[in-house]
Amino acid sequence: MTSYVKQILSGFTSLLAGMGVTIRYFVKPIVTVQYPREKLQMSPAYRGHTEFVLDPETKTHRCIACELCSRTCPSQLIHLEGVKVGKKKLPSKYVIEYHLCSLCGLCVEVCPTQALQFSKEYRLAGYSREDAVIDLFARMQAQQRRLGWPVTPIPEPQPEAEGEAEAKPKGAKPKAAARKAESPAASEAAAETSATPAEEEKE
Amino acid sequence: MATAAQSVSIVGMIAGLIGVMALVAVNALFLIWMERKVAAHMQLRPGPMEVGWHGALQTIADALKLLGKELITPRDVDRPVYLAAPIVIFLPVLVSFLVIPFSQNLIIRDMHVGVLLILSFAALTVLAILMAGWASNNKYAVFGAIRSVAQNVAYEIPLLITLMSIILMVGSFRLTDIVAAQNRVWFILVQPVAFILYIICATAETNRAPFDLPEAESELVAGFHTEYSGMRFALFFLAEYTNMFIVAALATIFFLGGWRGPFLPGVVWFLLKVYAIIFLIMWFRWTFPRVRFDQLITLSWKILIPLSLANLIITAFVLKLV
Repeated sequence: MTSYVKQILSGFTSLLAGMGVTIRYFVKPIVTVQYPREKLQMSPAYRGHTEFVLDPETKTHRCIACELCSRTCPSQLIHLEGVKVGKKKLPSKYVIEYHLCSLCGLCVEVCPTQALQFSKEYRLAGYSREDAVIDLFARMQAQQRRLGWPVTPIPEPQPEAEGEAEAKPKGAKPKAAARKAESPAASEAAAETSATPAEEEKE
Repeated sequence: MATAAQSVSIVGMIAGLIGVMALVAVNALFLIWMERKVAAHMQLRPGPMEVGWHGALQTIADALKLLGKELITPRDVDRPVYLAAPIVIFLPVLVSFLVIPFSQNLIIRDMHVGVLLILSFAALTVLAILMAGWASNNKYAVFGAIRSVAQNVAYEIPLLITLMSIILMVGSFRLTDIVAAQNRVWFILVQPVAFILYIICATAETNRAPFDLPEAESELVAGFHTEYSGMRFALFFLAEYTNMFIVAALATIFFLGGWRGPFLPGVVWFLLKVYAIIFLIMWFRWTFPRVRFDQLITLSWKILIPLSLANLIITAFVLKLV
């Protein structure tokens, strides 16, 4: 008889304890993110595709178009072109084919000026393969516009730099122009730089 | 209308019927939305949010979808019984509203057998479930029906005995008398054990979790209404939620002082208390796992019935002594 009563009482208290748990959850704030209207804040360690670091002092990128990243990339998906502007060399085109990326991060590691960083972009769904091709220069310009900073123009090649540009193994301009027809620098640069056969094969 | 209870006019009856139909429909729409919201918030989700303010119109959209669905009648069903079951489950639900006092005057007919009427018509639900399960000619449906009958028979006994202890105190089956007897103190304070027993039995009577064995979706597909679709299924659904309203209304009348309360009008107090009880029943659903069938029957016969009998005897003794 005592065990019968004890069983009822202990069972009842355990039921009340369970109800206490659920009512605590009931009054807690919800954790669902209503996706199209709210977006998650990605953690600093999140590895999206790469993007240019915007230097707060110069208000532009730090890239010197040394092409270390495009040479290091095991998937060879970085298409980078540089032009000489005065003494400095600047990138006129920086396009990555993100659908080939294995997220190794070697391009970020190898960069001598720390010009690259991982973006926090996670909405990468697209309708075709071309949607995964990301133009980092255009992306940086859009960021500058959003921040209200002066927009870095795509650099024009200077006439005296022509000699050096030719010596470099760079090319695939016509192809790039076909893919990204809106890039005016690409078509201009194509006129002066000669495409090497090796580069053509790679593409 | 309490004074004119003897001569209820036809107009009054028709107005009452329309009012009850509207209440049943709106109540079901609201309860489904409330159930989804309560479930969601207990799982840290927002629940329906898209249709209307916080998804308030979601159930209306679902009801419209249900109206447009095909009424499938499987080939081997027992046709007359199969077609009658959704109607049989829905009609007693409507009758119960005849005697529920929403406030001092807002009652269709104040019968002196009010409690008996509700409880006897509530027993018809079991018949309808058995009809639906048997006529469907489907093993899951039959199992659901068998379980439902065993469960309802087991839980009706403690339910009646528990309510008897209150009726013993009041000395009347009339629901307005029971509310009137609580003008000083609610019976939940006088009879707390009876209240707990009643809520447990009411949860089992309405086939709600953790006693939802007749429609245990993880073992019986959907139980007795497996073979029903469209509006026929909607009638079972409507009856389930309306039954919830009725047992919650009975709990309000018997234990929470009915329409009594300060400041607000009686109807508002009544509905507030009813929905508080319904929230309690929903709270059970999202807290407790479903009981096994032997546990279900054991709980009723070994614990609830002895406890309710003891409660009744103690009540009778105390009433005799005082």
